Amino acid sequence: MTPEDIKQPENLVCTKPRLLNDTHMHYCGGCSHGVVHRLVAEVLDEMNQADNVIGIAPVGCAVFAYKYIDIDWIEAAHGRAPAVATAASRLNPSRLVFTYQGDGDLAAIGTAETIHAANRGENITIIFINNAIYGMTGGQMAPTTLEGMRTSTTPYGRRVDLNGYPLTITPILASLPGTCYVTRQAVHTPAAVAKTKRALRQAFENTLAKKGTSVVEIVGTCNSGWKMSPEKANNGMVDNMFAAYPPGDLKTPQD
Amino acid sequence: MPKIIGAVEINQERCKGCNLCVVACPTDVLALQHKEVNNRGYHFAYVVNPDSCIGCASCAAVCPDGCVTVYRKRIP
Repeated sequence: MTPEDIKQPENLVCTKPRLLNDTHMHYCGGCSHGVVHRLVAEVLDEMNQADNVIGIAPVGCAVFAYKYIDIDWIEAAHGRAPAVATAASRLNPSRLVFTYQGDGDLAAIGTAETIHAANRGENITIIFINNAIYGMTGGQMAPTTLEGMRTSTTPYGRRVDLNGYPLTITPILASLPGTCYVTRQAVHTPAAVAKTKRALRQAFENTLAKKGTSVVEIVGTCNSGWKMSPEKANNGMVDNMFAAYPPGDLKTPQD
Repeated sequence: MPKIIGAVEINQERCKGCNLCVVACPTDVLALQHKEVNNRGYHFAYVVNPDSCIGCASCAAVCPDGCVTVYRKRIP
């Protein structure tokens, strides 16, 4: 049997999701953002929410998310995605509203908006990509940067006495009564990708059921900012990032 | 005993040559081009061992750009 005999529509297992359009993504090769974009597109299509969803794009590497996923988007000011999502979900209560933010957007400039939106228990999903660095601006230190990690603004490693401790924002959000589902996942292996997809689906279902704020943190890589190959960045993430940001559910919905 | 065979197709113009699919493949089906590049100058992935594919879709799961299409057929 030749490969052409196998390549028939009835044998199709997996392809580029319908909602991910043909625009060439500006992300560096091997960036975790691409995987998460694909998962968001797949999950929204599987849930038949393509016409019902409003995404809030951040400022950061994912600023052009509206060019890649074929749904309704609003571009928010830097860090203000949860505030815009609050407005979108209150004015259109039937719509599924989610924000897609990086760690510079969510954990640095937008900390107040994020914590207060979660504290109000807004019916939104927050997708938080944590790669412990400012990728878009050239690999500067972020609040989430690990202790001792080299970045362009901490060339000798992050010092706790000078720069403080890495900010773990999802445990803070999990401690708030307004959140219903807080989880931390990764996308470095096929198994982790499958788990992240389930987590995204759970979060979107909670939002549609109006259970409160759902937060999906995805520990990602920034191979350009970390100055590594994509493969080494994935291994480095397992070795270093998972000690500070261990994957797993921090809070699950109480039925 | 039924046998499962697979086939993968790479969108070579969209591929950025990140090597993640090559690492994820359990049967070494994929490899990166060493000399050829696509329109954007990336050493894209290609199918080097089409016969070993089992259609597990691990490559498609880790691909950041959605370049991989996977087919799987069960032969009784």
